[in-house]
Amino acid sequence: MPHDHNDSQAPGTISPSGHPYRPDDDRPLTYWQNMEIAVRELLVEKGYITALQIQNQIDTMDARSPTNGANVVARAWTDPEFKAALMNDAAQATRDMGFDIGPMHLIAVENSDMVHNVVVCTLCSCYPRNLLGLPPDWYKSRAYRSRAVIEPRKVLTEFGLVLSENVQVRVHDSTADMRYIVIPSQPEASKGLPVPDLVKWVTRDSMIGVGKAHAPT
Amino acid sequence: MKDFFGKRWHDMGGDPAGSIDHNQHDFALWEKRVDALMVLSSAAGLMNTDSLRRVLEDMGTEAYETMTYYERWISSVSQNMIEFGAFNTTELAQKMAEVKSRGDTYGEAT
Repeated sequence: MPHDHNDSQAPGTISPSGHPYRPDDDRPLTYWQNMEIAVRELLVEKGYITALQIQNQIDTMDARSPTNGANVVARAWTDPEFKAALMNDAAQATRDMGFDIGPMHLIAVENSDMVHNVVVCTLCSCYPRNLLGLPPDWYKSRAYRSRAVIEPRKVLTEFGLVLSENVQVRVHDSTADMRYIVIPSQPEASKGLPVPDLVKWVTRDSMIGVGKAHAPT
Repeated sequence: MKDFFGKRWHDMGGDPAGSIDHNQHDFALWEKRVDALMVLSSAAGLMNTDSLRRVLEDMGTEAYETMTYYERWISSVSQNMIEFGAFNTTELAQKMAEVKSRGDTYGEAT
């Protein structure tokens, strides 16, 4: 395989998206990186998968971003018929929009003035990756997984979200087979905007429930 | 109820824990490849989400504290491939030795 530019990053450098590279991008080759190469090559040599499939799968995953979910939310805000279908069966409604949802069940939960929904996976890292991309690091952390279900309001304040005491908080614990996406409340100031503009108001965090939709910054 | 042991280590909901760390890293190429291997070997019928998780959960809390997310995943994918019979431990050991002999960095070895 050709060398990849990711492998030559010096420690402490910042990626084009503004994040540091993982320390294990640095040299030398680790035992687990060694195992990844070996498993991949064995599976290709034995004909179970192809190198092209691997590259295509990485490209597919890289192309997934919270913008997919934001398009779903913006449409739900503006299209009552779609919203009804989404609340009835989110997997089917988003498949019908053209998203590859796979076999998983997907439930959309809607925020209102009275109810705020939050999603967690206490057991592992289950996440609507088909609509939001891969989960952020904090979503997979012990702190979030442990605490979101017992002190959600306190956890939310650590994301800068302070909810009024009269708002009911509902925490949804995902499983491998059942994932959730939050439909955030539509900000008053965004009402009447066209869908392509609305998409910019819908953040990743607002679809996990640790933030609210807000004007693009 | 103080001595309740009715759940395993990965069932973390409700456990005491520290504050949320908001630092984010980009995924490295080798991590994306591990993710792709899980998806593709599942699509090929060699494993599934449940078998991935069964091995991850059997690793125990020490692995969670000392290994990164995709380190645990490649360990689980590899174990699943051995259990399925896609390759055996001898083949894996030989391949890993051969890969390692190519160079000292991921870029040289891959």
